[in-house]
Amino acid sequence: MGLEQKAGNMGIVTTSLETMVNWARTNAMWPMLFGLACCAIEMMSAQASQYDMSRFGMELMRASPRQSDLMIVAGRVSRKMAPVVRQLYDQMPAPKWVIAMGDCASCTGVFNNYALVQGVDEIVPVDVYVAGCPPRPEALIHGVMTLHEKVKREKLQKWA
Amino acid sequence: MTEIREVDTKELKHLVSERALRGETMLLNMGPQHPSTHGVLRLLLELDGEIVVNCIPDIGFLHTGIEKNMEAKIYQKAEVMTDRLDYLNPLGNNLAYCLALEKLLELDVPPRAQVLRVILAELTRINSHLLWLGTSGLDLAAMSVFLYCMREREAILNIFEMISGARMMTTYIRPGGVWRDVPAEFEAAVHDFVAMMPARIDEYESMLTTNELFLDRTKGIGVISQEDCIRWGISGPILRAAGMPYDMRRVAPYSGYEQYDFNIPTGPDGDVFCRYKVRVDEMRESVKIIDQAIKKLPYGPIRSNNRKVVPPPRSELGSSMEALIHHFKLWTEGFSVPAGGVYTATESPRGELGVYMESNGGPKPQRVRWHAPTFVNLQIMPLLSRGHFVADVVGIIGSIDIVLGDCDR
Amino acid sequence: MDSKLESLATALEQRFAAKQEIFRDQLTLFLTPDRIIEAARALRDEFGFTFLSDESAVDYFPQELPRFHVVYQLRTMQAPYLLLTLRVPIEGGEPHMPTLEKVFPNANWFERELWDMFGIRFDDHSDLRRILMPFDWEGHPLRKDYPLGYEEVEFSFNFNEVEARKPHPKD
Repeated sequence: MGLEQKAGNMGIVTTSLETMVNWARTNAMWPMLFGLACCAIEMMSAQASQYDMSRFGMELMRASPRQSDLMIVAGRVSRKMAPVVRQLYDQMPAPKWVIAMGDCASCTGVFNNYALVQGVDEIVPVDVYVAGCPPRPEALIHGVMTLHEKVKREKLQKWA
Repeated sequence: MTEIREVDTKELKHLVSERALRGETMLLNMGPQHPSTHGVLRLLLELDGEIVVNCIPDIGFLHTGIEKNMEAKIYQKAEVMTDRLDYLNPLGNNLAYCLALEKLLELDVPPRAQVLRVILAELTRINSHLLWLGTSGLDLAAMSVFLYCMREREAILNIFEMISGARMMTTYIRPGGVWRDVPAEFEAAVHDFVAMMPARIDEYESMLTTNELFLDRTKGIGVISQEDCIRWGISGPILRAAGMPYDMRRVAPYSGYEQYDFNIPTGPDGDVFCRYKVRVDEMRESVKIIDQAIKKLPYGPIRSNNRKVVPPPRSELGSSMEALIHHFKLWTEGFSVPAGGVYTATESPRGELGVYMESNGGPKPQRVRWHAPTFVNLQIMPLLSRGHFVADVVGIIGSIDIVLGDCDR
Repeated sequence: MDSKLESLATALEQRFAAKQEIFRDQLTLFLTPDRIIEAARALRDEFGFTFLSDESAVDYFPQELPRFHVVYQLRTMQAPYLLLTLRVPIEGGEPHMPTLEKVFPNANWFERELWDMFGIRFDDHSDLRRILMPFDWEGHPLRKDYPLGYEEVEFSFNFNEVEARKPHPKD
């Protein structure tokens, strides 16, 4: 059942609105440049040529929150930085997703003390947690693909 | 979380000039999240048009409380946190911590471990300089340099993964030596790296050193003199670019560095271009050191025999009662370190990385103070950027080579 | 190294007449807060210790006199390359010390960090504000009587209780 057979003589493809919108969202999800600490280095490695993230549509890392869909919180969030994270999250337009990359963003990892927010899900709602200290670039890509699958399952009622 | 707080501006008035208070100059916040600040650094720029009148750095956005957390853990467990301080120099941080601990304990390190430490420290230096070159090239709009540098880094990270299992945070260098012996493929991998690297460094230089656009953006920018460097306590490539050949590996050699033959590159002017040149030449010198070291890698044990500090091999646990008792004591209570304080300094890619370790006789440290080179080097940010354009500030931050994990600890 | 260290030790003994200690080949000079500025100036101008490498403090909490030791590391920039440690014991209560900013400009940020982390006030400092913690933080974290502030580890048996106590965002 190839595309041309589906399209027929008139060049029309039918699908559901949900599938199409979700497909568009996953294939061009732009991450915001939010590398804080060591995980940022692995995020840069994931963006570089060996583990290329632009295969998944994430070529551009936009520094401005107004132009990005995905916030990859890569690194430890200190108490001084927490209001900044929240403000950036609020500035992102919907639809937006958050990946907590690394142990420090998920649960503060090695550092259980006064200076760090214990897991970035105390401040922003997280969709996917990627474990590792720091996670390998392949682990980050796996996290991104899990997010893609989560987005593909989203329903119409949620947006309307 | 998003409340507007009334800040008393009177307490900050001494930082900005009077022209700002009158409204003549503009205060611009180059905030914690910015593509060119290499981490979470906040700069308050006071601008007269495009020219920077003053620049106030605001740090602390990555403060992790590592020094306090180390006081609550025993020495072996506290070492895990050292990788994450200056995250581009993880093995160097491990080395600094272990040198301080070995000085306090008066612990010997076997020759094979010394040579391995030197090889890994120099590989980490090349790793850090490659990332610096990539990101500061990216800031100055030389984007292909970034991808080439990351490609080389993958070779180094493969070597780290081969010896310890982790690409970055290895905790491979431990008190008394290194964690475990290197596998058989290590020597071949290092030889291949040494053979390949000089040509690659030539490739980067061909892209940047004679490039007119790069020279325009870096020559004469962010100049600091040698006397100012010493007054402000600057060490590392910035001091060497200002003309002084001061390197901790020569001043206070550690881990056998006096046996290797290497030059200390210096630059005449102390501007951004000289710092770039110094770091690229340092990469070449590091390749020379690794070449000499891998050729003289001796056979032998890789960790000290002192069972009070170093765990016995697991094969002995089944047969020797003493080994079992040592293992038990090390895993439950940890080893006790004689009371006193020492300061050891190593040469990290950013400057003098010092550890002031004080012990009170118990298994947990009394104080572990990390003298971070980035903390000291960021102080001269206002000095370097006065009178330059905002776009130059980006180049200057890149040339200081800041890593906020090091600065904020 | 020992001969250079010993000649330095005798020279310092003649000049300052202060208590000295050599531990693991490192020389430490004990000074009092009122003498520190004059001593630092003399060390910089006469002895060649032009480089302030580090300034930090140690808290010996249960004992109050002295409670803090402020530790300076000075270096010479020519051969022989020497390292000298200065220790200044100060009391708890309202700890304060004269600032070394006029002698070594980079003491500025070091002393801000000591104020932030230990609560040691530096008289005549040009800009004593918090540097690592947020500007409205209360308390001085590196003091021994300040708690580590850790969160209880979540296992499966107490997972729900700990999660209920943690803050969660509403959207």
